[in-house]
Amino acid sequence: MSESNKAANTVAAAAVARYRNNFLKEVEERVEDGDMVKMCMQCGVCAGSCPLGPHWEHSPQKIFMMIRAGKRDEVLSSDSMWMCTSCYNCIVRCPRQLPITHIMHGLAHYANRLGMVPKGQPTRDIAKLFWDNLLKTGRVNELKFSLAMYFKDGFVQGIKNALAMQGIGLSLMKAKRLSPMEIIGGHKCKDQSGIQKMIAKAREIEDRRRGALA
Amino acid sequence: MAKKQYAFYPGCSSQKGASGSNFATSIQLMNEKLDIQLNEIPDWNCCGASIGYGEGSELQRLVLNARNLALAETNLPGQDMVSGCPACWLATREAAERLHKHDNLMTDTNEALKEAGLNFKGTVKARHMVEVLVEDIGFAGMKAPVVKSLDGLKIAGYVGCQTNRPFGIAGESFENPMYLDKMIETVGAEPVAFDQKVTCCGGALAFSEPEKSQKQIKDIVEAAYDNGAELIVTPCQLCQANVEIYQSEINKKKGTSLNMPVMYYSQLLSIAYGGGAKEAGLDGNIIQSAKLLEIAGKS
Repeated sequence: MSESNKAANTVAAAAVARYRNNFLKEVEERVEDGDMVKMCMQCGVCAGSCPLGPHWEHSPQKIFMMIRAGKRDEVLSSDSMWMCTSCYNCIVRCPRQLPITHIMHGLAHYANRLGMVPKGQPTRDIAKLFWDNLLKTGRVNELKFSLAMYFKDGFVQGIKNALAMQGIGLSLMKAKRLSPMEIIGGHKCKDQSGIQKMIAKAREIEDRRRGALA
Repeated sequence: MAKKQYAFYPGCSSQKGASGSNFATSIQLMNEKLDIQLNEIPDWNCCGASIGYGEGSELQRLVLNARNLALAETNLPGQDMVSGCPACWLATREAAERLHKHDNLMTDTNEALKEAGLNFKGTVKARHMVEVLVEDIGFAGMKAPVVKSLDGLKIAGYVGCQTNRPFGIAGESFENPMYLDKMIETVGAEPVAFDQKVTCCGGALAFSEPEKSQKQIKDIVEAAYDNGAELIVTPCQLCQANVEIYQSEINKKKGTSLNMPVMYYSQLLSIAYGGGAKEAGLDGNIIQSAKLLEIAGKS
């Protein structure tokens, strides 16, 4: 078992022990803006405002009611949070002013941390590639990020993906909006080690605050 | 006239050779003509963008943004922080406001920032380039340097999401903001009615859920055609890239023949202020507008 899987299992076990039968409390304490979930009055404006509405399994409205009903596994393994495009329609329209986008992001992050996201969830996968990419140098390397996305499902699929997108890639290079030079060096921050240290520290502080074992 | 000074946060996409590099080109002449001076924040880092939440925690993302705010506060004191990228602006402004509101988050953030030798006091205001134009320069001010009218050009003003929500430009509505249409009028062009003005292009999900976001993009481009637009103009780097780049993919899959130019507001202003195709960064566009190229080529 990998180190990150072990850590996810430890966090998950601690959460289950602490919040047995009270998933709302778990969300309130552990999920970003989770304390606002109970404010939902089930009007459904968020469900009707989401651009990816036809594609998710549960609307935010349903997710919030499922949290109150203690449907822990169903909520944390739902693909709904991963359909968020961060358009913020739901936030500005919610009559109870729930920060819905933040809660959905928070639930996605928490599910990921517990290792409960369905395997191969594409937005989870690219979110991880993106975060790892930006932390390496402090800035996003668009070429390496694109290549990592193409090759995330293996070499053969990667070549197929790259070939399918080569027209777009070449036209971007021609327009000087994608640089082949990024593969060797690329843009970066000077204080990369300071950035990495402060990010590690932030995780340490959060673990301390939430009393989690990670 | 003394130039207005701002701490500039370019963001990853505005770097040389990156997807929004032509935006960065196009604001140079625009800002010069408007007496705006952007002072780049030294050693700025990525904001985490709208997809960072998957892996990055709440405090980690706050700290990423606080580092940029602290660098601005320390190195460019008294200057508002300005970003041209809606995602950079949103992430930074959200961080600044949260830190201002919650003392415990500020304490935790500064404990982490110490690892990078920094401290944030909370005095910096995070603003968008469009806010600077609308609030500090004003529409009359934007009109003053116009030497070439973009007369007769029909343009769909596509505001998108993150320039508009959750913060938006003060005094504008979330459902039908008017500032982009007014900017189009300022350069002498004609804003068309555009029912997809604030529709999401799919954002970062263009990478992970291509079918779903290409449906969004198709609706946006087709609405621009339906309303007689000759080009789309936007304030957002990701909107620009998604809506322009994927038209060829949509054509392949759906048998359409979409070929709608998608430009930045700053490219229009740059041309109206006398800039040529190169100064306006038109060479960075994959789909060209023959009319705009012609206007840019006139001396």
